[in-house]
Amino acid sequence: MSRGISLIAFVVLGLGLMPAMSFAQERMDDTTARKMPLKIWGVQFEEFEYRYSDDDEELGSWDGDIFYGTDDLKVRWLTKGEYAVDEQAYEKLENQLVGQMPVSDFFDAKAGVRFDTPEGPDRTYGVVGITGLAPQWFEIDANLYVSEEGDTSAELDAEYELLLTNRLILAAALDATVAFSEDREIGVGKGLVSTETGLRLSYDLIDRSFSPYIGVVHERKYGDSEDFVRAEGGDAESWFAVLGARLSF
Amino acid sequence: MKTAFLAGALSLLLPVIGLAGEYNLTVDRVEIDTGDFVKTGIGYNGKSPGPVLRFKEGEKVSINVTNNLEEMTSIHWHGLILPFEQDGVPGISFPGIKPGQTFTYNFPITQSGTYWFHSHSGFQEPDGAYGAIVIEPEGREPFRYDREYVVQLTDKHPHSGDRIMRNLKMMPDYYNREQQTVGEFFSDVSAQGFMNTVKDRLAWGGMRMMKADVEDLQGFTGLINGKGPDQNWTGLFQPGERIRLRFINSSAMTYFDVRIPGLDMTVVQADGNNVQPVSVDEFRIGVAETYDVIVRPRDEKAYTIFAESMGRSGYARATLAPRDGMEAPVPELSKPARLTMADMGGMHGMDHSGMEGMESMDHSTMGEMDHSEMKGMDHAGMQDMDRSGMKGMDHSAMGHGSEMSAGGASDPFYAEGSGLVPTAANGGKFLSYADLKAQKPLYDEREATREIELRLTGNMERYTWSINGVKYEDADPIRLQYGERVRFKFVNETMMTHPMHLHGMWSMLDVGAGQFNPVKHTISVQPGTTVYMETEVDEPGQWAFHCHLSYHAAAGMFRKVIVEGGPESAQAAEADTEKAGGEA
Repeated sequence: MSRGISLIAFVVLGLGLMPAMSFAQERMDDTTARKMPLKIWGVQFEEFEYRYSDDDEELGSWDGDIFYGTDDLKVRWLTKGEYAVDEQAYEKLENQLVGQMPVSDFFDAKAGVRFDTPEGPDRTYGVVGITGLAPQWFEIDANLYVSEEGDTSAELDAEYELLLTNRLILAAALDATVAFSEDREIGVGKGLVSTETGLRLSYDLIDRSFSPYIGVVHERKYGDSEDFVRAEGGDAESWFAVLGARLSF
Repeated sequence: MKTAFLAGALSLLLPVIGLAGEYNLTVDRVEIDTGDFVKTGIGYNGKSPGPVLRFKEGEKVSINVTNNLEEMTSIHWHGLILPFEQDGVPGISFPGIKPGQTFTYNFPITQSGTYWFHSHSGFQEPDGAYGAIVIEPEGREPFRYDREYVVQLTDKHPHSGDRIMRNLKMMPDYYNREQQTVGEFFSDVSAQGFMNTVKDRLAWGGMRMMKADVEDLQGFTGLINGKGPDQNWTGLFQPGERIRLRFINSSAMTYFDVRIPGLDMTVVQADGNNVQPVSVDEFRIGVAETYDVIVRPRDEKAYTIFAESMGRSGYARATLAPRDGMEAPVPELSKPARLTMADMGGMHGMDHSGMEGMESMDHSTMGEMDHSEMKGMDHAGMQDMDRSGMKGMDHSAMGHGSEMSAGGASDPFYAEGSGLVPTAANGGKFLSYADLKAQKPLYDEREATREIELRLTGNMERYTWSINGVKYEDADPIRLQYGERVRFKFVNETMMTHPMHLHGMWSMLDVGAGQFNPVKHTISVQPGTTVYMETEVDEPGQWAFHCHLSYHAAAGMFRKVIVEGGPESAQAAEADTEKAGGEA
């Protein structure tokens, strides 16, 4: 008799506890930041410098970017410019807003828009590109542009760092632009348009946040682009001594 | 009536006879002075590291944790076996402790030994939120000592945890200042010849991997019990005394090689569990591991406790001395460690074209390293196996012959020919995992009911870390059944060392000693190696399982483990009532 009651009590109790049991197994879902994609931001200026040319021209120049996002998707604002001190004018002013996502272990694809608003005619481009690390430690950034005028061009940027010591770094950079059609208004001829080659010796003074450098930069235009700039009385080739700092926050 | 009275009397007596203890911890913003820099961080009871909590086996503890921060916090009791709601992982065990809130942890102490506690929220642990736990056993210990000290190591960095994570994500080599330079190229040329050096650089450059990638985080000051090398924490002794040193590595990222020049160390405990004593000159302590050693200084002089980081970028230092103010010489740091192609052996989808010479490494030789084959093999046999394995491998054919650890130092828990194999500075005995044997088996020996393979994966260039290629944010939980015995197979496919930590249940590291396999809570898996551990699934609930390198865990090398079934209903009900009472 009493055994029967306790059996019933046991079953009832057990049934009562069943929901608690299953609840306990999926007790809580992790909704903490750890379970979310990690969001990262950063600001980097590869170049932030004063340039002094073999023609006594003085320029302020920069090449940097700001990004925000996750491993899977980043938004990046890239900015590049050259400001002529005497003329008080932007010889070059490029801003790009791109979305960036991984396509392989070492490369990201990007797509977005580029706005060029220097002294003179403006241009807007659509841009697709890849950026990443190639074998043997070459940092590669390759882009394809289509302007609102329908002109297409491509740009390849490669950089290599040689560690003289762990803080004293010699960086070689090559930037080359090729146009697939002529855009006379902005001085771009078909074919190889221009190259910029730089050699910069930097020292990491504060972590990798502030690395002052000195260097030389060579800029040259080619083919029709060279003729266009000469026709306007400009230089097709310049050498610069540069003084600046690599920055990152 | 009578029974109620009796119960009341008993409950009154309980605190008196020491079966229940109440402890208070506050979580505070604190200032941390390493001697090299001063930094605000997080600590307990106004200090970092926090206090040493001393418990007794069999005690039921009640710990009130008051959060004085302006953010959520939590405390995880690292290595303690307890109900999962008390384990202190936000999002897995409990919601966390809100600013201004006092949360009371209640759990029985069912073990003894050296452990530690730390925050499991954000980067509070690297920022200073850690402390030590010492649990006195109920019975006698199988070793004697006259005096004991906690020696708690950490790698205090001038940057905050958030900043470090961001920098590593932006530039994975941000903190690496031991990279190969032009100078090293020329010294390698003179040592190995021009062509070999060029080939070597091309092989690594082809993989876009760095030989110098041993430590993600350099630039730290090694602390012992919160003191930097210049502040020199000192433990006093009288000559002839046996001193028990309870080493705890509470670093965010750093493995330390520990030695006390002039003293033999007898390792008696690993991760809180007694091991058969082994006498060593030096040992490597992984992140989150603990080792208890006994030393017996006989001379009336000072001894330096020297802990240099695995990559040789920094060190911690302390002193054992008969009197305050005495010092012994501090050794120089050794040469920076370099990975070898052997450490890359586990990499998946690696570009083999760039690895000339690697092909000639006989894979059957590598198979001899497979730890599954170590089962039941005694230690002497294992050493023999290593040597024969080494001989069988054609060093010259590898094209990296000179990278092989000089003198053929080997350890079955490192890839054959690994650049990370430690050797004792005095040429003596360096502790290997293979030396660790449990003093007493904790569980009856039985076959594992199933095997779960966990490949440790990542992408150094992106600083993403994962398990089986999946980050925590995208991962399903690992489901275990209560009562099963699971054999975990860790396959390290990265070039970093990962200290894997399963919460709540013991990890029995397979060193081939059967039921005498050591009982641990954290298991280091070296690059290019496969390591096995077994777990008796005897704790219901849900648990964290992750790499204990703070920035690897945060980048995704993390899993939730759900133990299904078991005596959960009763426990859940009990926990709910305790929570209701405790969370006032």
